[in-house]
Amino acid sequence: MSFSGRLHRNSIGWLLPVLVIAGWEIASRAGLMPPNVLPAPSAVAEAFWRLTLSGELIRNIGVSTARALAGFAVGGSIGFALGLANGLSTLSRGLTDTTLQMIRNIPHLALIPLVILWFGIDEEAKLFLVALGVFFPIYVNTLLGIQSVDPQLVEMGRVYGMDRAALFFRVILPGALPAIFVGLRYALGIMWLTLIVAETISANSGLGYMAMQAREFLLIDVVVLSILIYALLGKLADSLARLLERLSLGWHPAFQNA
Amino acid sequence: MPAASLAAVRSFVAAPQPRPEQTGEKPRAFAFKGVGKRFGDKIVLNGIDLDVPVGQFVAVIGKSGCGKSTLLRLLAGLDRPTAGSLTFGADEEGHNRTRFMFQEPRLLPWASVVKNVEVGLTGIASGADARQRALAILGEVGLADRADEWPSVLSGGQKQRVALARALVGHPQILALDEPLGALDALTRIEMQQLLERIWLAQKFTAVLVTHDVAEAVALADRVVVISAGKIALDLDVPVERPRRRGSVELARLEGKILDQLFG
Repeated sequence: MSFSGRLHRNSIGWLLPVLVIAGWEIASRAGLMPPNVLPAPSAVAEAFWRLTLSGELIRNIGVSTARALAGFAVGGSIGFALGLANGLSTLSRGLTDTTLQMIRNIPHLALIPLVILWFGIDEEAKLFLVALGVFFPIYVNTLLGIQSVDPQLVEMGRVYGMDRAALFFRVILPGALPAIFVGLRYALGIMWLTLIVAETISANSGLGYMAMQAREFLLIDVVVLSILIYALLGKLADSLARLLERLSLGWHPAFQNA
Repeated sequence: MPAASLAAVRSFVAAPQPRPEQTGEKPRAFAFKGVGKRFGDKIVLNGIDLDVPVGQFVAVIGKSGCGKSTLLRLLAGLDRPTAGSLTFGADEEGHNRTRFMFQEPRLLPWASVVKNVEVGLTGIASGADARQRALAILGEVGLADRADEWPSVLSGGQKQRVALARALVGHPQILALDEPLGALDALTRIEMQQLLERIWLAQKFTAVLVTHDVAEAVALADRVVVISAGKIALDLDVPVERPRRRGSVELARLEGKILDQLFG
């Protein structure tokens, strides 16, 4: 696809958000929307500028991102490791899968009261919740990916003399990768969701905390700004995952005409 | 098949290579002695005796479920016999290499065509050496210009040619073929048969082709073995000079004999 074609395809997705914001600004200026219900986009932009200058915004985004990534790294690696182990070994699967499926059916946010009792409102609480939330999509999809690798290809690899390591890296892992990416994108969504809920309920820094503080002082522009930043961060994470996907799944017919 | 490889087939047709007649003195490629295979109560193969000299092209024919694929899997070491023994004649380096070509191409979709061929060199060669050998054999099957493409863009016949290249790149002593042409259309199939015969004549490996196509068997093989109810029902030499003309009276007569055995 040509550069202008790609630009066109990417930019068309932004048409609707821009239209919504423009309509919103007009409605606010015309007095259709009272500023104490929903401030005008220009007011939100002003709040953005004010908080950027004071350094508060950058600091809070930094704190939240660090928490998200730390929780993601911990939960994601445990989920990936267990998914691999249970996909490759029937003993490991027999031993742990039933337990994991039971835990999976507990909404992880239901643990918030317990987590506050255990960890207070310290960093561990957020890390624990994010890690738990991210764990399951990665685990389930890694396991599914390995189980759905074509057994005919595995047999071919054996017949052609691949040892266990070669079989894993050349046949099983690449075969499981599309499913693992699905898990990754789910996990990124859950990562932000969990973090925001956790920060809203119990924190003394971060984006969720910033929004809750603003509510106390009736700074509705800051509340709206926080919400918009969540949307942008979520989109950013998803775009990164898509980029990784395109780079590593170039062989997949679904990515060849893109 | 591109014109170039068809021309290569024709150049062989113009100058046929003489094949030594099968005699008792030829070294043995492999031998089945009283081989049986059962899965639970079901006896799939029973008392199979088959002695194959080096370089012979054997076709194994039978109705579906007769045990012909099991025979091939035993030969390739994918299964173990439950009775009897299977011996191999060792080659000069003192080891024996059997390669298997499946009914489906079974290419790794995430590896380029040349990388797929390099799978056939696992434990034999690696790096630049492996790539060079893989490219050379890809040239022989007429796909040198597709080396860096993904398998998903190839046609069914091209995929099976990559699979053939993968099976042959390690210079096997024995090539086991499990109906590899069964899923191809009739014309592609004849092209593939010609390609297979040409490479077999050049590389002089022992070929064992399981097929349900009697015409294919008599066109390609030195010897046709018919399996019925787990036993060898017919072991027939095909003493027809190569190159063979499809549809000749001689081949048709042999074909009739085999069909009589299968349905008689």
